[in-house]
Amino acid sequence: MSFIKNLKEGTNFDHTSLNALQKVTLRSVVMAFLFYGLVALEGMIMRMVEVGRVPLNPLPGQFFHPEHFFSIMTVHPIVGIFGSTYQLVFGAFMFLVPYLTKKPLYSIKLANIVWILITLGTALAWIAAFVWQYAPLYTLYWPLPADTHQFKVIGGIVFIIGVALIMVGTLGFIYNIYATIFARVGIHKNKTTKELLISGFGIDGMLNLINKLRGKQPYSKEPALALPVVAIFRGTVDTFLDALVILGAGILILIYLVFDAGGHALDVTAIDALLYKNFFWWGLDLVADGLVLIYVAGSWYLLAMLITGQKLFMENVARAALMLELLVSWMVWSHHLLGDQGQPEMMKLISGEMVTAFELLTQGLALFITLVTLWKARPLKMTMELKYLLGGMVGFGLAVPAAIIQADMGMNRVLHNTQWIIGAHVHIALIVGLYMTLYSAVYVLWPLVTNNTKLYSHKLSNAHFWLHLIGGIGMGAFMGMAGLDGMLRRHLYVDGQFNPDMVFAAIFGSMLLLAWALFLYNIIMSVGLRGLIGIFLPAKDATASYGIEEELEPADDPAFANN
Amino acid sequence: MTFSNSAELLSFHWVAYSIYAAMIISVVAWFGYNLTRKEAKSVFRIPFYWYMAFLVAGGVGHHIFTYNTIPWVSQDIDRHNIKADATYEFEIENHKWIGLPEKVVVQCGQTIKFDVHSRDLVYGFGLFRQDGSMVMQMQVNPGTDVNGILDSNDILWTFNHNGSFDLTSTEYSGPDQYTEDGKDLMLVKNLVQVVGCNKGGEK
Repeated sequence: MSFIKNLKEGTNFDHTSLNALQKVTLRSVVMAFLFYGLVALEGMIMRMVEVGRVPLNPLPGQFFHPEHFFSIMTVHPIVGIFGSTYQLVFGAFMFLVPYLTKKPLYSIKLANIVWILITLGTALAWIAAFVWQYAPLYTLYWPLPADTHQFKVIGGIVFIIGVALIMVGTLGFIYNIYATIFARVGIHKNKTTKELLISGFGIDGMLNLINKLRGKQPYSKEPALALPVVAIFRGTVDTFLDALVILGAGILILIYLVFDAGGHALDVTAIDALLYKNFFWWGLDLVADGLVLIYVAGSWYLLAMLITGQKLFMENVARAALMLELLVSWMVWSHHLLGDQGQPEMMKLISGEMVTAFELLTQGLALFITLVTLWKARPLKMTMELKYLLGGMVGFGLAVPAAIIQADMGMNRVLHNTQWIIGAHVHIALIVGLYMTLYSAVYVLWPLVTNNTKLYSHKLSNAHFWLHLIGGIGMGAFMGMAGLDGMLRRHLYVDGQFNPDMVFAAIFGSMLLLAWALFLYNIIMSVGLRGLIGIFLPAKDATASYGIEEELEPADDPAFANN
Repeated sequence: MTFSNSAELLSFHWVAYSIYAAMIISVVAWFGYNLTRKEAKSVFRIPFYWYMAFLVAGGVGHHIFTYNTIPWVSQDIDRHNIKADATYEFEIENHKWIGLPEKVVVQCGQTIKFDVHSRDLVYGFGLFRQDGSMVMQMQVNPGTDVNGILDSNDILWTFNHNGSFDLTSTEYSGPDQYTEDGKDLMLVKNLVQVVGCNKGGEK
């Protein structure tokens, strides 16, 4: 097949054969990867600024201006976390929950609203930074986001509206997921809400363990919900709480900005900066130490089961551990405040150090269960999904201990706010740990959501894998080393003070950008430009499920309303 | 074993984490390779409970280790009961240090209290060596008590090595911290000078 024909038509992708659930899933995924490209580009721009004004640096001078640099730094995590990661995860889960529960998605309309709101919200936040250079960073430390001496009010209002839209979209996703899980249709027709709740929180797994220890029969031989759905259920609790906190902070900032615009500026000292930090970090940390870890554990379990075709090793322990992980995620936020001298020492010690250390246990357990499940099924073919799964585990194997090390009152004194945190921990966790897990899920789900479309090139897939893995670890490692050399994470360095670390970080970063370009090329050549556009056209087949008999969407089903 | 300053700690940390990183990457690579082999046998079996015990020991042991080897941990927790050899108190407003002494000269082994107040935004207080590496830092939160007195952000630090240290804000407080061409307006060169220590540190 010629290049042009492939570019237009893809391999054997037929968008008209896709049902509504497949299309809405692919819409989220497409937007997620477009935003990923944007975030990779932003990351490279910032890295090139940190390389400094040195010969051969091709970056135009305007990027070195503090307003410009910090605007990019502000939207970088918004685009990366919400525009890309949230969309990818939400898209995958809105497909997986119906697929695993063998029930239709509650509402395709709502799923469409979700990806549109998140896309629009991310675009607005980006525009606020690009046009008005609104740059309080994602931390939004009070009262900086309401500082109208440094930022234009209009920029702040647009930014907050953007973030609010993302959070409203997130609430839509949550509603859709829970409405699907609790729908008493299909295999759950005879289940009560209580049974689904007990299973969703993993209490059945815990009771099974207790009964086993007491020599009794299991509480439930066949839990109502599959383990990956339990992880989605559990992680979504944190997603909900996090959305409420971010929305709450957004409303507060919006009130201050609107009053300021009206000529009646409110007193910013009315809000205690440290209390606000505690509130905001409690919510924000539910992303980093809550939903990400729980969703990832669930994804590992699902991928291990799908790759091996076998049951998960120690399933009851895994169910119970997910509950523990949820509780732990609510109590660890103080590790972000170890450098705040006004924070009570007991909170630093208990929440910041001791409970945080539990994450080593919960994530270590997920790693162990996944690896043993794989090991028991050997020999396995080294498929793309298995490669990416192992890559994801390497990422968290590196990033979680890095987090435990810095969540320590001694270490934090010299690591807080340095490039170590954002490089060795955050970027390795996200780029290597989370994204490689998600790529594994993409390869597993690809035949299901595209009706067995042939991938254009396995060589390109392999090149993407190695470039992403080496680029991600390499960039994180050199950022981490710069952090140990004293380089701050939210600081502007324009003279290349931390070279050669930053030069190497930029080289590895460019591998990540190249990896994304190869992946995108491979996908476009597989589905074709016509197919890519077709994904966004209405589906002829309104089915909201996959692999089961056609059923009405619960939202349109009168029987559902009666339940 | 005690780390007498952050440079020693960071060097130790660099080596220890690099060894760990190489180890975990190698283990997963070895694991991945053996997953594809039918005849692969476990080199050693890791009993589940021992593995969990190892993780618990790692998580808790790390904090016990740092508490006993990093002197500023206990000093920080107990700082309200420790009398400093000297105290320096100053403020920050509008990205400017107010009441900052021209130079802080510290004799080797002295414990200094820095008490910093912010009148507007969240800032940071960080000291850096001439090679750019960090001596220590803390967050500086704004706020007042019920009587309108600015909140304290205080840290005790014992200096055991000679050196000249720069000060800057370690927390982002908006682009106004910089000039248009990126110069840090809160950077104070050579604010702290420590004298009287031996070459290897201490008196």
